[in-house]
Amino acid sequence: MTRETLPSPGQGRDGEGSGSLRPQATGSAGAEWPLWEVFVRSKAGLDHKHCGSLHAPDAKAAIQLAREVYTRRQEGTSIWVVRSDQIVASDPGDKDMYFDPMVDKVYRHPTFYELPESVNHM
Amino acid sequence: MTSSIALKPNADAQYVLRLADTCLVWSHRLAEWCGHAPVLEEDIALANHALDLLGQARALLTRAGQLEGQGQDRQYSEDQLAYLRDERDFVNVTLAELPNGTNGRGDFAFTVLRNFVLSSWALLMWQHLAPSRDAELAAIAGKAVKEARYHREHAADWVIRLGDGTEESALRMQAALDRLWPYTNELFDSDEVDRAAAASGLGPDGASLREAWLADMQTVLSEARLPLPPKSAYRSEARCGRHSEHMGRLLAEMQVLQRSHPGGRW
Repeated sequence: MTRETLPSPGQGRDGEGSGSLRPQATGSAGAEWPLWEVFVRSKAGLDHKHCGSLHAPDAKAAIQLAREVYTRRQEGTSIWVVRSDQIVASDPGDKDMYFDPMVDKVYRHPTFYELPESVNHM
Repeated sequence: MTSSIALKPNADAQYVLRLADTCLVWSHRLAEWCGHAPVLEEDIALANHALDLLGQARALLTRAGQLEGQGQDRQYSEDQLAYLRDERDFVNVTLAELPNGTNGRGDFAFTVLRNFVLSSWALLMWQHLAPSRDAELAAIAGKAVKEARYHREHAADWVIRLGDGTEESALRMQAALDRLWPYTNELFDSDEVDRAAAASGLGPDGASLREAWLADMQTVLSEARLPLPPKSAYRSEARCGRHSEHMGRLLAEMQVLQRSHPGGRW
């Protein structure tokens, strides 16, 4: 969707702005709100799980909008957001060398142990 | 067409009805943004806010119906109160019924300012209703106060972002503020209904909330670099049943289904 440019506090009042009145702002890619990844913890003791992403102008707004978008059906008790451009990802091109060698290493799974009966919840 | 119901509200019922109608009509205006807000995320936020208000309105209308029906041989439900009353029997504040913008176009500046003005007021109202002698009303307030606290914060953040934003956004915010400010007087009007509520411990007299509300306005609007408009002598009176010209159209849209298909369910 096309996003209008929405300002941040302080923007344009401290001499940075051109001073000219902008007409209805047009959504150029460079002026879009940054993308944030959203992690939600469903209840105390569980991990924060990645549940999606959204656009927001700053961190506080990102938390609020994540609350609106991802927790309105009681999904959460805690939210993390992180700028998407701050995430370092593995290169899909490295998939062969990174992950394929693990395919035939079944001995790395603890399937060859017999658990004593007294050990629960493994 | 289903004929209208006529009310004979006692002071308690009228007091609750004013609050209920303000939530209902404000909810309706916010719901009009659904699918039209400037960004997808805020679209969902506005719809969530509208649904919170609708939930508050439902509980309040139910309570108002119970209070109104005391000593009578009938009791109106929330649906009957929302859909079958005529305009003169609605008693929301005028600010809630004003259109989102002018000339049929939504004005986001006006919308976030109204949300801020009304949710700041609503937060104070719910806080003062928590110790109400009416246990039902106190319970509604206990739940709504958390919703209102969030609504106020989200709206205040927008007011600051857009007021202290670009030259263009500041101009639009100031214009919206000047337009809505005269309607804020009505929030703090006080008549025999308010005074009776305060005297009997049902809820606060609106006038007693003004000082705290104004302090909240001054804090946030000054951070937003929006000068407070001068005090206005204008008095709107929708809470006494005398509405702006916009209310009729709002009700036509809100009520048409129940009026044309009485009791319709799907």
